[in-house]
Amino acid sequence: MKLSSKWMQLAALAVLVAVLPLFFPSGYYYRVGALIFVNGLAVTGLVILIGYAGQISLGHAGFAGIGGYACALAPAHLGLPPSLSILLGAVISALLAMLIGKPILRLRGYYLAVATLGFGILVSMVLTNERALTGGPDGMAVQGLALRKILRGWGWKLTSGEFWYILSALAMLVGVWIALNLFQSATGRAMRALHGSEVAARTVGIDVARLKLQAFVISAVYASVAGSLLALQNQFVTPDIAGFMHSIEMVTMAVLGGVGSVLGAVTGSAILTLLPQVLTVFAEYEQLVLGLVMILVMIFLPRGLLPSIAAKLKGRGE
Amino acid sequence: MDALLQFMLSGVTVGAVYALVALGFTIIYNASDVVNFAQGEFVMLGGMITVFTYQAGLPLPLAAVLAIAITSLVGVALNKLALEPARGAPVVSLIIITIGASIFIRGAAQLIFDKQLHRFPSFSGDAPIHIFGATLVPQSLWVIGGAVLVFIALWLFFTKTLTGKAVLATANNRLAAQLVGINTGWVMTLSFALSAAIGALAGVLVTPITLVGYDVGVGLALKGFAAAMLGGMGNPKGALVGGISLGLLEALTAGYLSSQYKDAVAFIVILAVLFVMPQGLFGKSTTERV
Amino acid sequence: MSLLEVSGLGIGFGGLRAVDNVGFSAQPGEIVSIIGPNGAGKTTLFNMISGVYLPDSGHVRLDGKDVTAAEPHRLARMGLTRTFQNLQIFQEMTVLENVIVGFHQSESGSLIADLLALPAARRRAQAARAQAQELLKRVRLDKAAEELAGNLSYGALKRLEIARALAMQPRVLLLDEPAAGCNAVETEEIDHLIAELAKSGIAILLVEHDMKMVMRISNHIVVLDHGEKIAEGSPESVSKNPAVIAAYLGAGDEESVDADS
Repeated sequence: MKLSSKWMQLAALAVLVAVLPLFFPSGYYYRVGALIFVNGLAVTGLVILIGYAGQISLGHAGFAGIGGYACALAPAHLGLPPSLSILLGAVISALLAMLIGKPILRLRGYYLAVATLGFGILVSMVLTNERALTGGPDGMAVQGLALRKILRGWGWKLTSGEFWYILSALAMLVGVWIALNLFQSATGRAMRALHGSEVAARTVGIDVARLKLQAFVISAVYASVAGSLLALQNQFVTPDIAGFMHSIEMVTMAVLGGVGSVLGAVTGSAILTLLPQVLTVFAEYEQLVLGLVMILVMIFLPRGLLPSIAAKLKGRGE
Repeated sequence: MDALLQFMLSGVTVGAVYALVALGFTIIYNASDVVNFAQGEFVMLGGMITVFTYQAGLPLPLAAVLAIAITSLVGVALNKLALEPARGAPVVSLIIITIGASIFIRGAAQLIFDKQLHRFPSFSGDAPIHIFGATLVPQSLWVIGGAVLVFIALWLFFTKTLTGKAVLATANNRLAAQLVGINTGWVMTLSFALSAAIGALAGVLVTPITLVGYDVGVGLALKGFAAAMLGGMGNPKGALVGGISLGLLEALTAGYLSSQYKDAVAFIVILAVLFVMPQGLFGKSTTERV
Repeated sequence: MSLLEVSGLGIGFGGLRAVDNVGFSAQPGEIVSIIGPNGAGKTTLFNMISGVYLPDSGHVRLDGKDVTAAEPHRLARMGLTRTFQNLQIFQEMTVLENVIVGFHQSESGSLIADLLALPAARRRAQAARAQAQELLKRVRLDKAAEELAGNLSYGALKRLEIARALAMQPRVLLLDEPAAGCNAVETEEIDHLIAELAKSGIAILLVEHDMKMVMRISNHIVVLDHGEKIAEGSPESVSKNPAVIAAYLGAGDEESVDADS
């Protein structure tokens, strides 16, 4: 995106995050906001994988699951504080992504889609079936973050909703900042080149296999951290976090907003997170509407919501 | 030995269903290069519509035929309304569209029907047949027989009829097919109708054994997809071999290893196959052209 | 020892020998053209030399070192790169970015620095940017630097591909029909550019249909027909070679198989 610089995009996001609570009719909306930001973080990772490097994954919820369960299991079994458990989950996700990414990323298109999908489903099956460890399909409780108590000790009293709103927003902003840095860097440029033409990328000396792996690992870490934050703020985690539908939701958010741009992806997360909230009255129509939105956006706004709108505005200006 | 036979019989039954779903994938993939993630919903629709029209008082055979016909129309509509407008879109977009369609159909089914599990009576009663100490429900024979008939009929269709050859020609090279006067738009409609009908038939055949609910499609689609990949995308023979092999592997895993992880088999096999031979058992490899 | 030495190179696709037992060599500053009728195997030969296809037989040597099975990105790092007949441009990136990507080897550093936009990463990016702008001037695309590459004309894209290849400071450059689809003015520009590059010491392998251009700028010509080398030598000797004339005349009335597919 040449029209807006990195700092403009970040500033716009930060202002939005800061101003939004002024319009919240109730404290409940902090929760919704926090959810949007956590999803936004995961989806920003997918922008790096899908939007920059042009590789699909239908299994990234698997990494979210690893991040989530790391925060549930490590404090209980290893005595690790939740904050370090986030780190542990990220490291495990990164290592696993490296291990499976090597063979998987040789595949393309539908084959890559199904291989990643298989990985995600295997993770969710393990989480569902290993009852002794994970509590099975009913999930397990997650210990909260101590940070909020520490803040209270310093005289900064936040409700749980407010606390998670701020923390998730910060996490997302850092994630977005990193993704925007990458976009303009040598590595990011090489990823986009590989997306444009793999064979040309190779002939300019780009190690395509290594680069795909880097994109896969980075996006896995994003998903893992997002999964950790999700588990920590819900203080509960179930295998659904790693499920097929969660993977699909993440990809849909990314593609819906515009997978080529980080801001677009965040917009996509906002829309898809809000949709069920808006539709609670018509809960039984939720799937119907979600499916319809997915189809219509892909047909009429194939580049995603934000880039398509930007292109339209630009066209009018000329 | 009895146990092994028992596992194999149930494996072949399930495998026949996977093979039919995989065949549905294959037909649409060949005609349009689209992997249709809504394939499982066709199976669900076949079962559900039969259940509800049968409960409304229609005789079972008529209910089944009606279900297959309606599902075919859904398949055609999927192509006309969702995929044709997006022709030429990148793979990611097509994946999103068919997954969107799958979620949409599921949502609609949940509204029109309900969220319960249903079944209708087996075609030839439920008295088990005993074979060398293993037992088999008669409906299994219907499933296996149905699958065999579908594969034979399709083989005849593709090799003996002009229409079938037109479909193959279109699959091979769309532009060339158009140039020799084949109406490729019609071939596309036919392929989606056929694929949906096969899916619905699988649903009709298997519902008395496995029951049907609005959300059975996802699982079946993934298994069918796995089977199609295993056999090699785009190859009907591969769909058959892939489906049966997957069914057997699952049944044997459930029997001898762990019933909890039987569903994992499909994906472990897929990953293994893709690592070793990314084109599947019968797929053709392609050379990139630059 | 030659800079580039190709010997006995061959490949088959499903029983068809697309290229068979082809050999030649190139020195620094030399322009070697590969000519032949459509389907003679020129692009396939390029694909093998640049590591895109793995040959079934023969060798490619760079500075005497066997690089036959090397992947394209390794060859590029050793100083051998190429352009493409059917343009392989990064359409969604700007013209300038396309060239900056060519500096990938010199620009890329630690991933962490890139993710955190550390000063080191920014310095590398700045340097690559400045150099890329220089190269764009050289192919006279500097005015279009910030445009999306996908919006450029065909002739401009051909020059952009060359600029991107030059960013790697190659010692051997394979140009696959650089003047195809270009008008007379553009062809002459490319003509001059190639001569200039050769003068700077780059060995150039050229596949080109514009025979006037080939005869004018080549030092050495290799003629392929049906995947085999039928002649080799100076432009004068090749143009008088009866086998070459027969191949060109014969190709007009017989349906030639496109061996590149």
